[in-house]
Amino acid sequence: MAVGNPNRPKADSGIIRWIDDRFPLTQMWQDHMSKYYAAKNFNVWYVFGVLSLLVLVNQILTGVWLTMSYEPSAEGAFASVEYIMRDVEMGWIIRYMHSSGASAFFIVVYLHMFRGLMYGSYQKPRELIWLFGMAIYLALMAEGFFGYLLPWGQMSYWGAQVILSLAGAIPVVGEDLVQWVRGDFLISGITLNRFFSLHVIALPIVILALVVLHILALHDVGSSNPDGIEIDQNKDENGVPVDGVAFWPYHVIKDLVAVGVFLTVFCLVIFFFPEGGGYFIEKPNYEPANSLKTPEHIAPVWYFTPYYSMLRAITFPLFGLDAKFLGVITMGAAIAILFVMPWLDRSPVKSMRYKGWLSRVWLAIFVVSFVILGYLGTVAATEGRTQVAQLCTALYFAYFLLMPFYTRMEATKPVPARVV
Amino acid sequence: MKKLILLSLMLIMPAFAVASAGPKVALDHIQTDAADKASLQRGMKTYVNYCLGCHTAQYQRYIRAAEDLHMPAELVAEHLIFSDQKVGEQMTNAMDSKLAADWFGAPPPDLTNEVNLRGADWVYTYLRSFYVDDSRPYGVNNVVFPSVGMPNVLLELQGVQSKACAQVPKYDEHGSAVIDSLTGKALTVESCEVLTVAEGTGSMNQAQFDAAVYDLTNFMSYMAKPYKSDSQRIGMWAILFCLLMTLVFYFLKKEFWRDVH
Repeated sequence: MAVGNPNRPKADSGIIRWIDDRFPLTQMWQDHMSKYYAAKNFNVWYVFGVLSLLVLVNQILTGVWLTMSYEPSAEGAFASVEYIMRDVEMGWIIRYMHSSGASAFFIVVYLHMFRGLMYGSYQKPRELIWLFGMAIYLALMAEGFFGYLLPWGQMSYWGAQVILSLAGAIPVVGEDLVQWVRGDFLISGITLNRFFSLHVIALPIVILALVVLHILALHDVGSSNPDGIEIDQNKDENGVPVDGVAFWPYHVIKDLVAVGVFLTVFCLVIFFFPEGGGYFIEKPNYEPANSLKTPEHIAPVWYFTPYYSMLRAITFPLFGLDAKFLGVITMGAAIAILFVMPWLDRSPVKSMRYKGWLSRVWLAIFVVSFVILGYLGTVAATEGRTQVAQLCTALYFAYFLLMPFYTRMEATKPVPARVV
Repeated sequence: MKKLILLSLMLIMPAFAVASAGPKVALDHIQTDAADKASLQRGMKTYVNYCLGCHTAQYQRYIRAAEDLHMPAELVAEHLIFSDQKVGEQMTNAMDSKLAADWFGAPPPDLTNEVNLRGADWVYTYLRSFYVDDSRPYGVNNVVFPSVGMPNVLLELQGVQSKACAQVPKYDEHGSAVIDSLTGKALTVESCEVLTVAEGTGSMNQAQFDAAVYDLTNFMSYMAKPYKSDSQRIGMWAILFCLLMTLVFYFLKKEFWRDVH
């Protein structure tokens, strides 16, 4: 007698068959690996999704081991990190893998997002993939922010102080809101404990769930490619896209090369430059948090600095709102506007290869502005720098707000029927 | 493949090119050496004799230093521990931090991470930059850390240092020495900020003292990252392994993709 759902692919016999009768193992393997076809013309920009997944696994595993020795209290946190670095066997490797991993996560995610912007990966029918991805980015920023308080160093403390105080700029409810989030009148052990809880339980669950949704949506509509062609529209007699190759083994093997290169660079960082020149671990963080002593220069970690620059660039009140609140709105809008990307791009083509020169110039302007803003956020503000930051902030928003116009206006090149 | 390597390098390199906020005083540069065990041992001796009385190194264990610096634990217990501490304990002292705050203005900070915090060059220059200043409570001030609350604890080694007037090389606004175009010699100007040690007031001459402070700084660098030499040793193998693995994957990819056109 046949067991289970007869309408799905199953192994002929053996233990896999036994499982297939009770769980769609073979079907899942085919849907996501052996019969998931992706374009064969993926270039180097297409490795950063897999690398993000690799770094996520790294963060979770090293995080589990760090949690075994970390003590989330104002009295013990700093000393417990030193204990991990000095007394726990191989603790320093685990800690550096985690701290450098955080920066690596943002590097690969930023490159992954840039790939999406360049090749129009967010366009129909991939809007939801983009939205899930943006939600991951948002959750990741929260995860990074909460995690950065945990070593309880001076920069942990004052960085959190600065960012939390932003909510205080919200009219009427601001101050009460900040106090509610902190759980105290200043950042204290109570804040540390709730940040620890969010960092090791709440956000990892959210991120993992979103990653599953991101990949499920991707595997349903299929990956885009540098030409922006739907490979599903050209299938051979077996229903296999002629421009695609199976994810297993072709893309997996190809991705492994990227994994090898990434791990080589990653090892170079964790073993030889774990502080990343003061960007991955900031120097003042070697001093325990002290609520009575403000560091000379407070800079958030590098992956937040573009937005931090925008916040500081708003130095003038407008529409009856004060400058600080306006800055917070600008910061929020800078991230929020990324969400509506799929509806801003009105171009008939997906890939930058076939868009006009206007799109290319604007993308370049966007990248340059973002990088300059990132740099400016790491240094002290001067009048000249603030003006540059204001200009870059304006250009950043112009890239998005003008997109509906220049993508429709410009002449596009014809898209070939098959991948190049 | 090439593009990928270049890209990864480009991503990582700018992070290391930029230094953090520069010091206000030009610091003397030293190259610390975690492999020079004799220097590290001398440095630890100086630390426990001259620093530990006020400055704890509360995250550093004696036994770990004994192992890393190649010293028998019994000798460390006998010669480098002056209290009733055990060799497995951390390098702490009996100073009451509340009283210390009264004495010095602020409790002397723990120094385990001092080199991580300020850099080896800073520590090396700071310890050699005390000078006589009668307006300060302990009679000395410091060029690198003006109005510091700390007395010059190495005075008996260094001797009495004070600011004096002397000819110093002249520098242009870019920091390069100004050369007399006629004679080809460097021009000098008079400066009254030159640190000079009164002859015969210390037990060491300047070269000996600089070497002693180098050893001390070297030990403090070790203490800041005791895993550094492990890290470099393991790191070489890890990178070699990753490169080899990448090579294998690369040929595997070539083989698998041979039939894809």
